[in-house]
Amino acid sequence: MDGIHDIGGMDGFGRMARDESIFHAPWERTAFALASSARMVGNTDDFRHAIERLDPAFYLGADYYGRWLGALEVRLRERNLIDSDEVDRRAGSATARPHALASVGLPTASPDGGPVRTLERRPLFAVGQSVMARDLHPIGHTRLPRYVRGHRGTITRVHPAFVFPDTNAHGWGEDPQYVYAVQFAAAHLWGAGDHSVSVDLFEPYLEAA
Amino acid sequence: MTNDHDHDHDHEDDPRALRAEALEAILIERGLVDPAAIDSTLDYFENDLGPMLGAQVVAKAWADPAFKRRLLDDGLGAIAELGLGGPQVDHLVVVENTPDVHNVVVCTLCSCYPWGLLGLPPAWYKSLAYRSRVVREPRTVLAEMGCELPDDIEVRVWDSSAEVRYFVLPERPSGTDELPEDALAEHVHRDQMIGVAR
Repeated sequence: MDGIHDIGGMDGFGRMARDESIFHAPWERTAFALASSARMVGNTDDFRHAIERLDPAFYLGADYYGRWLGALEVRLRERNLIDSDEVDRRAGSATARPHALASVGLPTASPDGGPVRTLERRPLFAVGQSVMARDLHPIGHTRLPRYVRGHRGTITRVHPAFVFPDTNAHGWGEDPQYVYAVQFAAAHLWGAGDHSVSVDLFEPYLEAA
Repeated sequence: MTNDHDHDHDHEDDPRALRAEALEAILIERGLVDPAAIDSTLDYFENDLGPMLGAQVVAKAWADPAFKRRLLDDGLGAIAELGLGGPQVDHLVVVENTPDVHNVVVCTLCSCYPWGLLGLPPAWYKSLAYRSRVVREPRTVLAEMGCELPDDIEVRVWDSSAEVRYFVLPERPSGTDELPEDALAEHVHRDQMIGVAR
């Protein structure tokens, strides 16, 4: 989905503030620990996608662990593990109740085994090759950032194959894919800049260019 | 509950604190979270992990050229020699700063970070400003963070958009030739391993 989370290159978020806090308040520690411990509610990809599906205003207004807490509550409600107003009743109000776009598919819990997989087939692309990031707009989860779509880059590394988030987030199988470090020139992405940006892209996001 | 955060103080009128407390109670009642796991998770992330682990890797690479070659060639294999790895380090790429090249790491889509080497990230790494801007204007972002890069240095930004984690090997500071490895580790700061300091 083309969600609020995909902010690479956006303007307007202000100057860098040197906030070194790991947690700002005890509830953030609780949110982190609950989201990390309640593994039975899905998998990492579906957790990220639940954050992405949060109402955009909620996403921007919540701090990092506010999103974790919101996404956890959404996932529990979507799986009927808690009633829709259960947290409201316990917390004494519906303030800060998270809402989210429905997912196009929810996975069941998956065991923790790490995301790296071995494939029989060879990678389609090689180091040094010129590729284009496809201009895809899937309705579900994706790790293809908007700012590289339709841009040409160069493969600089061929990584192992990994579980494909675009399917795994929805319970559509692991469908492992090779991942490539693709280097883009800032001048191509932004029209200015002398740096490069390297993005890790799954094979289905790419075509030869 | 035995965890000390119950004794700490949330703002009592913060609805997020009330919701976190409510969810915690519900999950424990339903058996969806083991209370002991809450404490052990926090203890592990707050006490066992942290930038001191990454600093060990850097110090070893500075002191041992053969290890440095292995680290740049196979990050995960090399840190495993030191007994390191851990959460969010399923595959590791170490990128080397040189007099001509500066590397900096971000995750624009969420806030992926090599927990197993650096612990949990600071708030600024997860901020909307850092995530949105460092891919577009890294020199300006770094300058705002107190790191002025020379104009002639090449800047490479790494957006960790998949499960590969990136880690910056900073340059060894001058005047440290005589130092043993454990003393070298004290010269390594977290910000250098993310790439927002030289």
